[in-house]
Amino acid sequence: MAFIYALPGAVAEGLIWGLMAIGVYLSYKVLDIADLTVDGSVCTGACVCAVLLARGAPVWLCVIAAFFAGALAGVITGLLHTALGIPSILAGILTQLMLYSVNLYILGGRSLVAINPRASKLLVHMSNNLRSIVAMGIFVTATIIALWLFFYTEIGLTLKSTGDNPDMSRAQSVNVKFSQVLGLAISNGIVALAGSMLAQYKGSANINDGRGAIVIGLAAIFIGLSVSLKIKPNFVVSLIGVVGGGIVYYIVYSFVILLGLKTDYLKMLSAIIVAVFLAVPYLKREYFTRQRELHPNDTNARIGGGENA
Amino acid sequence: MLKITNLQKTFNPGTVNAKTALDGIDLHLKNGDFVTVIGSNGAGKSTLLNAIAGVWKPDFGTIEIDGIDVTQMPEYRRAKFLGRVFQDPMKGTAPDMEIAENLAIAARRGTKRRFVWGVRKEERVRYKKLLATLELGLEDRLSSKVGLLSGGQRQAITLLMATLNRPKLLLLDEHTAALDPKTAPKVLELTDQIVHKNKLTTLMITHNMKDAIAHGNRLIMMHEGRIVVDISGDEKKKLTVEQLLNLFTQASGGAVDDEMVLS
Ligand SMILES: Nc1ncnc2c1ncn2[C@@H]1O[C@H](COP(=O)(O)OP(=O)(O)OP(=O)(O)O)[C@@H](O)[C@H]1O
Ligand SMILES: [Mg+2]
Repeated sequence: MAFIYALPGAVAEGLIWGLMAIGVYLSYKVLDIADLTVDGSVCTGACVCAVLLARGAPVWLCVIAAFFAGALAGVITGLLHTALGIPSILAGILTQLMLYSVNLYILGGRSLVAINPRASKLLVHMSNNLRSIVAMGIFVTATIIALWLFFYTEIGLTLKSTGDNPDMSRAQSVNVKFSQVLGLAISNGIVALAGSMLAQYKGSANINDGRGAIVIGLAAIFIGLSVSLKIKPNFVVSLIGVVGGGIVYYIVYSFVILLGLKTDYLKMLSAIIVAVFLAVPYLKREYFTRQRELHPNDTNARIGGGENA
Repeated sequence: MLKITNLQKTFNPGTVNAKTALDGIDLHLKNGDFVTVIGSNGAGKSTLLNAIAGVWKPDFGTIEIDGIDVTQMPEYRRAKFLGRVFQDPMKGTAPDMEIAENLAIAARRGTKRRFVWGVRKEERVRYKKLLATLELGLEDRLSSKVGLLSGGQRQAITLLMATLNRPKLLLLDEHTAALDPKTAPKVLELTDQIVHKNKLTTLMITHNMKDAIAHGNRLIMMHEGRIVVDISGDEKKKLTVEQLLNLFTQASGGAVDDEMVLS
């Protein structure tokens, strides 16, 4: 019974994390970059939103500002990677660390800034889950449609090709570095936007918001794709799957909480889920398939063997 | 057309692994030249093509394409002038994208990508016609993911992509080496057709000496980072595999390469 009561909240929060997971999908799946900036940019989105709301800004402005703050964080990671040659995973970690200071600064040195749901008109709040679900549903749908259209444009196609095959992209005069920076900006923009929704929903921004967000995002992606790829392996269905994955994740999360597990231990659960999903393809390859033997098939006159480029 | 002057490249300089891959290359190609490049493993053939393509910058020397000094130009900007097909059929196409999308990206090589529709309707018609010329049954699969195709099909598409937007120079690095014995000659023939139809200036690396003789109007042989043989015109037409092997033996200092295989 308690579970049924918790369900709408789980769905609402799941949609928020699902939106964030779309951002993670862009970096991890489309650009093929494991971007750890997101742990920081979720929080940046939350902080920007809470602080602006506290100053009386209208909520739409707060959300847009959150998006651009996140996008800026993505640009920093992108530049660390492309202009300074830092491996992408480290670039993300560095930005994430920078963001901790930035977020503290935004919060004015406090570790928590509360949002008064009566003082400002919020898009989502846990006091009204139905409304939150509808609002998030609209946001998620709009994001998916916007991305779907974007990836049909010339620029969108080069973003896809950059992640899919950077060698081919460069050979076709695609500025791979620019694509990566742009992609990371969009990705973190969406992540921070989700962060701003999270702050509204919970009624506060906390300096610890977003810790482990990358793992939640990946869990949502893996859960979602394990279903959606079987239905139809295209972009929109994948994104819908990813959002679904976020919702499933949060339903499981609330269920486990109801069973009495402390939320602190849930991070362990998330990490294990993701580790399993990451390991399965490798284990399959390594232990359940046999390598085909190579056979020589050259009959022409040759100088050398020509095995490598 | 292409003018390479005293090009030098040493990998891992100053270490025990230092390797001089290009040791002062001078090469001058005229418009419409189709040059085949041979040489043993490690001779520096791929390194030469990579230098032209701008994968990295040379230590010394200059590269000019059509009077433009491209030596310092980044790879993606130089791509405006170049069509490239790699030895690895996986390298030239984006597997997770549709055939039409791959072609559309190639059709915009050298242009600024904009915020407009990436594959227009009329393009699809054009691509369909072009794919039909390959005679691989790909004309009805514009929306298929390239990753689903065979190596030969992918290589044929890469060739199409490399020449869709007429390049000033076509670079082929053993582009048929990874294909099976039936597919390889087909792709090679296709190459010949495309090169002749568009009068493309071409550099083609091959390990197959018969192919090296049969195609193109000029042949160069590389050894230890240098061009050691350069034959063109009638002399090249009359060349035989034996003569080429002899030239190779002389050039490489007498010893016949262990890996040399004759059928
Ligand atoms: N990126 C690199 N880093 C270090 N060494 C390299 C690199 N690329 C090439 N080399 C070295 O430079 C030399 C020339 O290599 P290259 O690939 O140009 O030979 P190749 O003539 O194309 O040979 P193959 O017929 O085997 O393809 C080789 O000794 C190779 O090991
Ligand atoms: Mg090579």
